[in-house]
Amino acid sequence: MSRPADTVLVVADPVQPEVARSLDLGGYSWKAAAPGETDEAGGSWAGVIVDASVDPDSAWAALRAIRRRPDTLVPVMLLVGGGQLDDLEHRDELFDDFCLTPFHPAEFGARLRHLLVSEVDLQRADLVEYGELTLNLETYQAHIDGRPLDMTYMEYELLKFLAQNPGKVFTREILLSRVWGYEYYGGARTVDVHVRRLRAKLGEEHAGLIQTVRSVGYRFGQSRWDS
Amino acid sequence: MLEQQRDYVLRSVEERGVRLIRLWFTDVLGNLKSLAISPAELDNALSDGMSFDGSSIDGFSRIQEADVLAIPDPDTFELLPWGDPQAPEARVFCDIHRLDGSPFEGDPRQVLRRHVQSAHEAGLTFYVAPDIEFFYFEPPTVDDGSVGRPVPIDNGGFFDLTTNDVTGDLRKQTIRTLETMGIPVEYSFHEDAPGQQEIDLRHTDALTMADSVMTFRLAVREVAARNNVHATFMPKPLERVQGSGMHVHLSLFRGDDNAFFDEADAYNLSPVAKAFMAGLLRHAAEITAVTNQTVNSYKRLVPGFEAPVHLSWARNNRSGLIRVPIAKRGNPLATRVEYRSADPACNPYLAFSLMLAAGMRGIEEGYELPEESDANLFEIDDAMLDKLGIAKLPQSLSDALAVMERSTLVQEALGEHIFEWFLRNKRSEWKAYKTHVSAFERDRYLTAL
Repeated sequence: MSRPADTVLVVADPVQPEVARSLDLGGYSWKAAAPGETDEAGGSWAGVIVDASVDPDSAWAALRAIRRRPDTLVPVMLLVGGGQLDDLEHRDELFDDFCLTPFHPAEFGARLRHLLVSEVDLQRADLVEYGELTLNLETYQAHIDGRPLDMTYMEYELLKFLAQNPGKVFTREILLSRVWGYEYYGGARTVDVHVRRLRAKLGEEHAGLIQTVRSVGYRFGQSRWDS
Repeated sequence: MLEQQRDYVLRSVEERGVRLIRLWFTDVLGNLKSLAISPAELDNALSDGMSFDGSSIDGFSRIQEADVLAIPDPDTFELLPWGDPQAPEARVFCDIHRLDGSPFEGDPRQVLRRHVQSAHEAGLTFYVAPDIEFFYFEPPTVDDGSVGRPVPIDNGGFFDLTTNDVTGDLRKQTIRTLETMGIPVEYSFHEDAPGQQEIDLRHTDALTMADSVMTFRLAVREVAARNNVHATFMPKPLERVQGSGMHVHLSLFRGDDNAFFDEADAYNLSPVAKAFMAGLLRHAAEITAVTNQTVNSYKRLVPGFEAPVHLSWARNNRSGLIRVPIAKRGNPLATRVEYRSADPACNPYLAFSLMLAAGMRGIEEGYELPEESDANLFEIDDAMLDKLGIAKLPQSLSDALAVMERSTLVQEALGEHIFEWFLRNKRSEWKAYKTHVSAFERDRYLTAL
């Protein structure tokens, strides 16, 4: 069972199949409630999605009910049809972001991620950020420039170690023992090979995040002596 | 570590919404095989493997011991950069095991794993970097079951850069795809022949590189197909122009030190490097049926097309079998030998296994390296090497099989199962070729005789 704080509340009756599918694909745990039942749904939520495209009036009522509750900071995403944009006027305080429905799943997913990341994940300690790079230590996921960065386990572990210690120079031997463990037999060239693979995946633009420090080892990001 | 790796893979599948996981493995001839499973089955597959009927795979089981187990190697888990981004797919390479859990002797990846491990027991790590050549053609026409004459998509030459550079764009897309999958590229350029390309991969350990070559061949074809172009690794698709080779740069490291480097030597080659080269030279003919496994392979290994013919080595003569590239700025880490006969249609697991086995035999037995066949760079040609009595690589698949059959080195290195199956399979290929009447014969004889 996931804690309510990790769960998204979907206020809709019925929940559009596209919404359900996107949430499932995005790996969110979620719960549905009809517009009149938000109080009964109780709990504190990671976020709330309110679908106003079917029955706008009860959706506005549900939004006000949500904003009246003690946890008024819960991020709210509103789903509206293309003809309803005028209805948003003077209702700015009721939602944090909105998405036109029918939506493109990628847009919905991106907006939702953005909404929940900015509101929830930043409060967590298990997020490593450096410039355009974000590593989520809980979900093992990495993003650069907002696009997902897919890595093998060892590439991820190496990047994580480096990103957690920006500006610091590590010898290959230290990286080998800290990331791979002493029992690994490949020698420090393993580190070089993995750094090259990581740079390839980061792409030309960001390959410089991992710098070679000549005849010493590697450094992630800017030197702490540069300003 | 394995537990964390599994956890990482399972979590990635969940987070990235992966819909399908392709379990990859390779048959004895080097064809990529894939078994697709749903994410729900992955946990089970990672811990217990997936069983399947091996008798349907070339060179795997005999009928009575048909079932084998594919166990994913979690460190090779990668998302596939092509396909529908809304329904991502991933691949993971597998090791094939018997149902009792022991390594399956028909699996080429297990063969290479065994060789890499025994080198490791001698304190050595085997690094490999292939330069892979291939051709881009217009999609081939198939008429009445036979494939039409291939048409190159351009008329470019070595290093050519033209304004309307279709091939350059294809190469760029391919390199981006490879890099997304963690396969760094060192160089890429237009090769000598029309439509011919070369992409050089950066060195890595032999097992990872064999996996990378398999991925490479698929990625090149996938990107080409998306652009309505046919990419082929056929060794000699066109007469009168050079064929496609896979030159393999080899080095051995002892910890962080290049075991091939010796500052005191005039060529910066250590005794280990020389013995390794001697092993390669002495056993080259025996391993050729595997490094050049098609009938067509031997139409590349002829004089005049920058392909090796003789069992010779030199520092800079590109017609030699082994070349010792001059390391940039004398960098000790870059000292290596380049084995030039293999072609990109080989099974990389078996080819790398045999190169390592031949070289290691040279080290173990302390073979003496023969004289360099190249006093004057580029001066000595194949005709001269013939006069000097330097032996040749096998001249046909049939010759190569005859030499391989007598080789205890190859028999031990491949294991009885693959050795036996490979010989029988290739004998039958040769037989089919021998009884075929070609256009050459009809053109030459039909009216004249």
